[in-house]
Amino acid sequence: MGPAIRIEGVTKRFGSVLALGGIDLEVAQGEFFGLLGPNGAGKTTLISALAGLVRPDAGRLAVMGHDVASDYRAARRLLGVVPQELVFDPFFTVRETLRIQSGYFGIHDNSDWIGEILENLDLTEKANTNMRQLSGGMKRRVLVAQALVHRPSVIVLDEPTAGVDVELRQALWGFIRRLNRDGHTIVLTTHYLEEAESLCGRIAMLKQGRIVALDTTANLLQRFSGHSLRLRLGAGTALPESLRARVSAGPGGEHVLALGSCGEIELALACLREAGCSVEDIEIGKPDLEEVFLRVMERG
Amino acid sequence: MGGFATLLYKEVLRFWKVSFQTVAAPILTALLFLLIFSHVLERHVRVYENVSYTSFLLPGLAMMSLLQNAFANSSSSLIQSKVTGNIIFMLLPPISYAQFFAAFVLAAIARGIVVGLGVLLATLWLVDLPWQAPLWILAFALLGGAIMGAMGVVAGIWAEKFDQLAAFQNFIIMPLTFLSGVFYSIHSLPPFWQQVSHFNPIFYMIDGFRHGFFGVSDVSPWTSLGVVSGCFAALTLFTLWLLRIGYKLRA
Repeated sequence: MGPAIRIEGVTKRFGSVLALGGIDLEVAQGEFFGLLGPNGAGKTTLISALAGLVRPDAGRLAVMGHDVASDYRAARRLLGVVPQELVFDPFFTVRETLRIQSGYFGIHDNSDWIGEILENLDLTEKANTNMRQLSGGMKRRVLVAQALVHRPSVIVLDEPTAGVDVELRQALWGFIRRLNRDGHTIVLTTHYLEEAESLCGRIAMLKQGRIVALDTTANLLQRFSGHSLRLRLGAGTALPESLRARVSAGPGGEHVLALGSCGEIELALACLREAGCSVEDIEIGKPDLEEVFLRVMERG
Repeated sequence: MGGFATLLYKEVLRFWKVSFQTVAAPILTALLFLLIFSHVLERHVRVYENVSYTSFLLPGLAMMSLLQNAFANSSSSLIQSKVTGNIIFMLLPPISYAQFFAAFVLAAIARGIVVGLGVLLATLWLVDLPWQAPLWILAFALLGGAIMGAMGVVAGIWAEKFDQLAAFQNFIIMPLTFLSGVFYSIHSLPPFWQQVSHFNPIFYMIDGFRHGFFGVSDVSPWTSLGVVSGCFAALTLFTLWLLRIGYKLRA
């Protein structure tokens, strides 16, 4: 079974700006893959190149084995993209928009699937409402629906939850998870790193058009983050010498002790007891992707 | 329904949903032109023997409306889609550039013919038209609409802002249509301007279309057909090339 997405040596310049500097990447079929990076890192350019909206200066891209340039019709049939920009056609209702989008992919009668998508995205009541009359969050959900109408094997979501409230965000992720379980490959870009952490099995981080980290989410968390012990000491209490080198300052006068493993907690507490430190508050910090992201971006 | 058929359906539905603006308004404008010009010139101008000025004017006005609205349909749809960003929905699916072109041009022809026919139907009670050669009428209506629809695609692709499109419309399309013999025969012009008119492809569309009604024209309808067909072929090749390279559509 070949990869769902294959990207080989893709380079793209806009004038003097290097948007993509030789990207090599493979996403396996059925993966839930995260593409992270700061604004301007090249995420959207890479997605646009995959969708045929941007033509790379060099390199090749393929969706389910179909080259996006030479075999573009097959590649596009297998790809669904939720664009980052909140765009819509003001002439049509939600249902008309979805029927037209289905027709573009050669699907004549798609009513059942459109109904199911509308139901899952909580848009059924708005099916006959003109797009202009929808809120920003609803328009965003219609964009997701448009990307799904032709049941693509590969679904690319470029910031799909921006402006969507928490409850509907959960519903959306429930639906996307289900599609992933059904075998659809998902590629997600988001600035909500907790979403990427909980959803993505593997993550690539981009900076200035280059991949600066690529690994499973678990490995990234292990390599660049770890457990920590957050301590608030009593007034007039100083940290023992043995811990000082490993402690950094946290918010509100906290001391943050980086731990190699959970087993070090007991050792740290023993040091504090021996030194007679009074501890007002203590909390165990878990590894998180935000920390990984910041470290990778600093390093990269 | 394939991608082409859906895009065509969507383009027709788009103008039909706002038909008060896209169909009724241009018909009214043409009728006002007809009323004013025929009132002022009917007794003073006679272009062809046995053809009143109002009868002479009407096919020209109908064709001018057809051409202007065919251009407006494809150009306005494309510029709106580009400015609002929803053109992405037409670029992501597996629609070939030839299908894209054909859908926009056919929708432009449809709107042009609806408006042109509307002008003729609205004046049936007022003006007597002989309709001598309906095939010529149909041929020039289709080809004229196709040329202007293709020009609209070019303008819509090229323009990045509404004012650029307005400039294209006001400084190219409007002068070409107004100076094409809608309101006069080019034989009434000084020799120099007669020669200049022969470089205006819209002159041939109007003249050939008018020939279908009266059986007389400034140049042979076959010459007009040759010029108009050649223009359409050249414009089609140029537009398809623009779409193939993704000019201003795919970065």
